[in-house]
Amino acid sequence: MKFDLKKFLADRSVPIMFIIICSVCIPLSGFSTGYLLNEIVTRIVRNTFLILSLLIPIMAGMGLNFGMTLGAMAGEIALIFTSDWQIWGIPGVVLAMILSIPISILLGTLCGTLLNKSKGREMITSYIISFFINGIYQLVVLYMMGPIIPIIHEAIKLPRGYGIRNTVSLLNLRQSIDNLISINVFGVKIPVLSFVIIILLCLFIVWFTKTKLGQDMRAVGQNMEVARAAGINVERTRVLSIVMSTVLAGFGMILYLQNMGNIATYSSHSQIGMFCIAALLVGGASVDKASIGNVFLGVILFHLMFIVAPKAGTVITGDSMIGEYFRVFISYGVITLALVMYEAKKHKKKKMAEGSDDEK
Amino acid sequence: MSENVLEMKNIQKSYYGTTVLHDINLSLKEGEIVGLVGENGAGKSTLMNILFGDEVISSTGGYEGEIKMFGKTVHIGSSSDALRLGIGMVHQEFSLIPGFTATENILFNREPIKTNFVSNVFGDRLDTLDRKKMREVAKSAIDKVGVKIDDDMLVSVMPVGHKQFTEIAREISKDNLKVLILDEPTAVLTEKEASTMLESIKSLASKGIAIVFISHRLNEILDICNRVVVIRDGYVVKDSDIDKITVEEITKQMIGREVDTKARKTRSNQSNDIIMSIKNLYVDMPGENVKNLSLDVRDGEILGIGGLAGQGKLGIPNGIMGLYDAEGEVIYKNEKININDPMSSLSRDIAFVSEDRRGVGLLLDESLEWNISFLTMQVKNKFLKNLFGKLISFRDNSEIKNVTDNYIDALNIKCTSSKQKAKELSGGNQQKVCLAKAFAMNPKFLFVSEPTRGIDVGAKALVLDALKDYNEKHGTTVVMISSEIEELRQICDRIAIVSDGKIAGIYDASESVEKFGALMIGANAA
Amino acid sequence: MKDKKFDIKNLINDFGVPRLIILGFLMLLFILAPFVGADLPTQFTNLFNRFSWNAVLVLAMVPMIHSGCGLNFGLPFGIIAGLLGGTIAIELGFAGPISFVMAILFATPFAIIFGYFYGILLNHIKGGEMMVATYVGFSAVSFMCMMWLLLPYHSPTMVWGYEGKGLRTTISLEGFYDKVLSKFLEIRIGNFSFPTGAILFFALLSFLMWCFLRTKTGTAMTAVGSNPVFAKASGVNIDKIRTLSVIMSTWLAAIGILIYEQGFGFIQLYMAPFNMALPAVSAILIGGASVNKASIANVIIGTLLFQGIVTMTPTVMNSMIHMDMSEVIRIIVSNGMILYALTRKTNEGRRA
Repeated sequence: MKFDLKKFLADRSVPIMFIIICSVCIPLSGFSTGYLLNEIVTRIVRNTFLILSLLIPIMAGMGLNFGMTLGAMAGEIALIFTSDWQIWGIPGVVLAMILSIPISILLGTLCGTLLNKSKGREMITSYIISFFINGIYQLVVLYMMGPIIPIIHEAIKLPRGYGIRNTVSLLNLRQSIDNLISINVFGVKIPVLSFVIIILLCLFIVWFTKTKLGQDMRAVGQNMEVARAAGINVERTRVLSIVMSTVLAGFGMILYLQNMGNIATYSSHSQIGMFCIAALLVGGASVDKASIGNVFLGVILFHLMFIVAPKAGTVITGDSMIGEYFRVFISYGVITLALVMYEAKKHKKKKMAEGSDDEK
Repeated sequence: MSENVLEMKNIQKSYYGTTVLHDINLSLKEGEIVGLVGENGAGKSTLMNILFGDEVISSTGGYEGEIKMFGKTVHIGSSSDALRLGIGMVHQEFSLIPGFTATENILFNREPIKTNFVSNVFGDRLDTLDRKKMREVAKSAIDKVGVKIDDDMLVSVMPVGHKQFTEIAREISKDNLKVLILDEPTAVLTEKEASTMLESIKSLASKGIAIVFISHRLNEILDICNRVVVIRDGYVVKDSDIDKITVEEITKQMIGREVDTKARKTRSNQSNDIIMSIKNLYVDMPGENVKNLSLDVRDGEILGIGGLAGQGKLGIPNGIMGLYDAEGEVIYKNEKININDPMSSLSRDIAFVSEDRRGVGLLLDESLEWNISFLTMQVKNKFLKNLFGKLISFRDNSEIKNVTDNYIDALNIKCTSSKQKAKELSGGNQQKVCLAKAFAMNPKFLFVSEPTRGIDVGAKALVLDALKDYNEKHGTTVVMISSEIEELRQICDRIAIVSDGKIAGIYDASESVEKFGALMIGANAA
Repeated sequence: MKDKKFDIKNLINDFGVPRLIILGFLMLLFILAPFVGADLPTQFTNLFNRFSWNAVLVLAMVPMIHSGCGLNFGLPFGIIAGLLGGTIAIELGFAGPISFVMAILFATPFAIIFGYFYGILLNHIKGGEMMVATYVGFSAVSFMCMMWLLLPYHSPTMVWGYEGKGLRTTISLEGFYDKVLSKFLEIRIGNFSFPTGAILFFALLSFLMWCFLRTKTGTAMTAVGSNPVFAKASGVNIDKIRTLSVIMSTWLAAIGILIYEQGFGFIQLYMAPFNMALPAVSAILIGGASVNKASIANVIIGTLLFQGIVTMTPTVMNSMIHMDMSEVIRIIVSNGMILYALTRKTNEGRRA
């Protein structure tokens, strides 16, 4: 085995770039280690579940699921109901998860079916789907909740009498899972139960790859035609992968919001897809390959950058906004880079198959 | 060897109105190896696609006729039907999942599984795979094939030969396998691998599996088959026991009818000047590679290029016209052509009618006017009218319509108007549009590749006549590439046979079919 | 001829059910308008004004669709070139109508350079243009967010007052090129006004585009989009044509945003260009274009329909049910239309 250092580094160029950015910005930002550790732990708890939901569609060859936003919306709707019914604490979280399942399955099936109709451009389609469903979501939450869908408590309704307020407080639910079993290690609060849940999901994903369905998804992801010829229902398998991703994203969103303590009704979900995808890519994943390791590395590096960039930007340029914009730019930039690398690879492969695939 | 495992009766199939299989009868006995031979486009693949329930068949209206297995009529509508009936197929292109190991591929979608509590609730697809058992089954299947393949190796890193063996191992690991279709299984193998392959095919047959063996290597057919079936133009033209037939006879059946009279008389007024000289040409065209080919084309002649499929005859025009990467020297009228730039040939009035009508030859979504005028407009700046002095020039729509109408008349293109979209025409008429496109630029030199592929007999004659007339009227040199030696003999002055990417020989068209056949298989049998 | 019914069904299929729904919806709005007390002349004034602001941005879709690069989700890239042109013109002290001309002149080199590199990038990722374009656009916008703060702009009308540097998010164009085109030859009849100048400018650009598509190169561009291999076999340099189409789209986007600004009266910087691509994309699709076919007629019809819905819904809906659902309807309509185009199996469009 010859160790190819150049290839090793090239394959990991994105995480390495982020390590460099972070190692420059951390000293500049002047944050204490304790603060950073606490923040990172919070971000891991908040985001990991959501990012993990992206893995299954990648396995099934459907690329980055920009439609995970659909699951996030399902989770939000479920939480709006439970908070209206005033079911708080862990029962509230569990009930919200249960409620989110049928909504997620419905949206996931819709999304999967549409993606089957646009094979080869799944990503742009799922991206547009997330906008489209966002319109439907607004229609439901802003106009139908109240007159058509019964909402009991005025407190979460807009003053005009229908529609949900811009912010729904989850104060009585806030961090109920995080705080249930939590220990303090050198001043860093570790929410044990949340970590257990995340680890359980990781184990589930590992287990899932060993199942027949997981195997079928991997096969469909690599070559749909061969899979179809072998008798696998390709379309259904693809829809299933999106449905699973959507349901998991719904759960992830509920965990995310219980940590935050409130729902920004009309904006919580809108950026979540972009940040999760960026984080996954920062962890070294690509459009067609991602692992649990990428998720953890990504969530740490990406959010470390997110925390320190504004402060470091202020120190360097004297303008607080520069850092803000910088981190947005980096988020988009890293997605752009991953997309370009993936498409260029695909294009090159296609060209090679056309032009120089010698038979001997 | 008594009962027929499989019987295909009066099978017919047509694509978009063109009949590609006529009244095919084929039967297979237990443990029998039947060799299926025929030129490319003869209908072998379609027949096998029917048998294996390929989607292409069902999505284009299914097949006509009857298929019986063990005397019972069965319907094969999808590949899962075929699998259930015990029909297995090893494709020419590998149908393997690249990121899976040999084991995973061999047992793909037939994995042994273990139930667990989740799958009891949510259904079978959540059963876990029984890796240990998978490995056992795969190993025993690999052993049966008789080669050493690492069952844990990813297909993507395997040598080609191993991929082929993996495919066969996959088929024979199926318990209910009755019929196995092998589509050119030795084409990509080294000689040693090929002989191993043939041995394992024989041993499979001895276990009672009926095998359809498709190959262009006729000596392999003679070596292992019990019977040989020759298909030409969608008909079974020969079905004979192997000991009653020779390679020569098979070749003759494959490439043409026995009529010798139609060959073109040698023209007396032929020039001996070389118009194009091809030296050491290499073309990187998948499946049709040209390797160090040299050829001289005489001014004003019609030169035919024949040869079996995959030998590289199609690579020649595609390389010279810059559609595939090529190396080597092409001298045209004492000038060197830059063969990787299409414009370099086109601007010297060299035109090309591609074998890939729908992919390269036509703008399917555009009108006939566009199709016929576009090439000439781009290459020769014709069909443009100047406005405001010479400041800007527009498409000259009336001129374009005139030209298109002329060609519609001249070539008898059946269409509703010159505005009709190219995709709405039949294959034969599309081919005429492709010819019109080339004629419109008044070529001095014309490459025509497989001009009669997939079109009906009437259109064939028209297309060939049009080429012949054009050559005589305008003195244009024509190089025609075709799999059908007979049609080459009809209109060409000389015919070159390509084998293994090189010219195997050139004869006058009046030579006997056998001589051309010998050139084709001569190199092929080696 | 054989079966008339079949033909009608085909026609509807060709036109697309979503388009019919949108058309029907808009007609309903117009019929309802007088009953709910909306003033039709004002409505039409709004419609034509908004048409004149947006039409060129929609026109910017045409070249890339023709060359097979798909829907230009990377529109913000061109918009940035326009923003640079506009701000530079003001920075250098040009005022009044001349500032508009200068803005176009300054925007042009940026658009050409951006378009050139953008085109080369897209040539390396054939088949995946749309997704990459979206994110290239986003990256460029967020990169420029930093630049608007850092670039050495000093004009007091543009920078933050208290810091003396960094451009404002919204810059008023009063005294510069505010309404320079709209007011030119403007027709006023009572409540109704018609932005003649801006419409004429759009007509001019459309005419130039129409001309271009009839030249040899324009014909080649259409052929490249229809079947690139055919074009290559006919001696056309595919990459060059595609790059040209991207440059044209980018330049039109730059001009488009300047026209938008002159109508709107403000330059919007920072995250504003973010949301400009989707409305333009859906407008041309509503007009009857598909992922690989588009015409000038598609641009005109699409912009009218799209802007019609944008202007009419708030008034009519508000007066009818006292709910302003226009934003939500706009989101659903525009994204639904794009979704429809992306999920259509055959990409056959109509050439009007």
